[in-house]
Amino acid sequence: MTKNGKPKIAFFDFASCEGCQLTVVDALQTYPDLLDAVEIVQFREAMSEKSEDYQVAFIEGSCTREQDEERLRAIRSQAQLVFSLGACAHLGGVNTIRIWQSQDHVVQYVYGEMGKRFNVYSPRPIDAVIKIDGFIPGCPIDGNEFVRIAKALVRGRPIRLPDYAVCVECKLSENLCVVENGKACLGSITRAGCNAICPANGSGCDGCRGLLPDANIGWLKVALHEHGVPETAFAEKMKLFQSYQFTGLSSSDVA
Amino acid sequence: MAESRTKDLDINIHYITRVEGHGNIVVNARNGILEQCDLEIIESPRFFEAMLRGQPFAQAPTLASRICGICAVAHSTTSHRAVEKALDVKLTQQTELLRRLNYHGEMLDSHVLHAYMLVAPDFLGVGSVIPLAKTAPDVVLRALRMKQLAGDICAAICGRHTHPVGMTIGGFSHFPEKEQLLQLKDRLQALSSDIDATVELFQGLNFPDFERDTEYIALWKEDEYCFIDGQIKSTDGGLWPIEEYRNITNEYQQQHSSAKHARNQRQSYMVGALARFNINFDQLHPKAKAAANALDIKPKCTNPYLNTAAQVVEVVHCVEDAIQIIDRLLDAGIRWEEPTTPQRYSGDGAGACEAPRGILFHDYSIKSGYITEANCIIPTGQNLANIEADMRSLVPVILNTSQEHISQQLEMLVRAYDPCISCSAHMLEVKFV
Repeated sequence: MTKNGKPKIAFFDFASCEGCQLTVVDALQTYPDLLDAVEIVQFREAMSEKSEDYQVAFIEGSCTREQDEERLRAIRSQAQLVFSLGACAHLGGVNTIRIWQSQDHVVQYVYGEMGKRFNVYSPRPIDAVIKIDGFIPGCPIDGNEFVRIAKALVRGRPIRLPDYAVCVECKLSENLCVVENGKACLGSITRAGCNAICPANGSGCDGCRGLLPDANIGWLKVALHEHGVPETAFAEKMKLFQSYQFTGLSSSDVA
Repeated sequence: MAESRTKDLDINIHYITRVEGHGNIVVNARNGILEQCDLEIIESPRFFEAMLRGQPFAQAPTLASRICGICAVAHSTTSHRAVEKALDVKLTQQTELLRRLNYHGEMLDSHVLHAYMLVAPDFLGVGSVIPLAKTAPDVVLRALRMKQLAGDICAAICGRHTHPVGMTIGGFSHFPEKEQLLQLKDRLQALSSDIDATVELFQGLNFPDFERDTEYIALWKEDEYCFIDGQIKSTDGGLWPIEEYRNITNEYQQQHSSAKHARNQRQSYMVGALARFNINFDQLHPKAKAAANALDIKPKCTNPYLNTAAQVVEVVHCVEDAIQIIDRLLDAGIRWEEPTTPQRYSGDGAGACEAPRGILFHDYSIKSGYITEANCIIPTGQNLANIEADMRSLVPVILNTSQEHISQQLEMLVRAYDPCISCSAHMLEVKFV
């Protein structure tokens, strides 16, 4: 804490689109009281001032090279609390799609011979490298959820995320079920908190907020099959944000 | 000038702030001779083109929007266009109007963010927009009102600005209600005093006086200020179909840098709001032309710092055009439409849109419904060579001022281009020795 009792907060970005930090900028501006209750000491995308004295670190983006690990460990040793911000940091996110290909091939395809100078490796979430104290899920994060969590932090209260499925929020919103419309949707196995924004807009849930602790993948696959969704669609959606987790699932789940 | 001829200079701005993504500026001069003047791109590359390969065609735009949080709608729309051209998907007029309206939402959001929150602090002597909330609350609140409305336009059409969800190949999977459109129209009309105040604010800023003529390239259509589709046009003469984009971008790699650069008819070219303004001035809404007059810019404008002023002109245009589009949608009667289905599941297609920071290309090959080849050329990559050419031209002129001043002018120059370094599809980590 600073002398005035305000927690010092820093934001960091690794491989990402910076859309989560953008969501934070938008959310904070709509909550000036919250902005008053903290001291932001580092936020490269939005401000020039910079300090390495902070207690809370929010990290956006995936770890994609060894030099990232060094920077992550430095953040961990400084901060009392470290949070992953968004799917790239929390799950590995879309960056991990490339783990299904050889990294040499990936580099070669985009940059040709010049790509050999690279030191990139298989992308991974932040908690594959350092211990984290919590995560704010989503691609991008939900601005209201960020504000709720930040308020809890400032007040020293425990941080809780919904432990029920996107399906629950979808039903409460009285959306038409996209699966019944023949579309693939991961809403029944994905953690809620986004207010089912994708199904509400007529698109199946992509699972960007990660699996529920007790996700019933087997049942979802049966349900998708019964509604005529092509068998490949489940894996294609799972791999979009959760390739890193997907590699660890049992072979019966992957099939 | 004698002093400047013998001057040594070492500038190393590590992590340029208030830009999207990671970049450094490195300038060295020995005895007044400029030895190095580079914009380093240090963003971790993300290899989107390799990741797009193997994706089912309908999922490509969902992934492509993740290239950038600021221009997510631009990447998504361009990706949709590439797939739709490859698979011969025709669009209805309602789809085209909704896409344009959605696009104006992003353009407004991005330009207001850049002009107010990233650029204006330089002129108001602060390090970020945060202290302005206390010292100039009316300015910050105005920017927020405009951004809020921009975001709400996108939310009404595609769920949210970052990352859009309601757009689909061949149309939309979600439609705004008539009431929503009416409300948006009311709010757009009520924005006029904020728009006037914005023009007034940027009219009063003292943009650095620096001219360097270059080639300007933007999409062009005869009957509208073009953001989606159209043809590629140059201020040096030339009009090309989008499919010929590789002949214009001519990506090349340099000895001193591993970042890909682009050149067309000169050593470099500029894309973005200033390029669009220079090429499409005639198609601007009369109110936007009046704003240009007030801001004292006219085509062809060759001061890159005035890219921000051109963005303000576009803000005026987008607000007025959005009102007209809403009227057309309401006149025709907004209705649920099933997306148009592809005529085939294999083919090649190149899509082009004007992202807020310049012309953007996505080019895909699709076989049996899956992407087999992908090429994305992003605006900031095309601007890199031109930014460095500006820096090389500017530094000798200001070499006898303080190092602090030179650094500030260079950082403001890079920032004026509104670079989006996260769109790193074609950029390499650059190391200089």
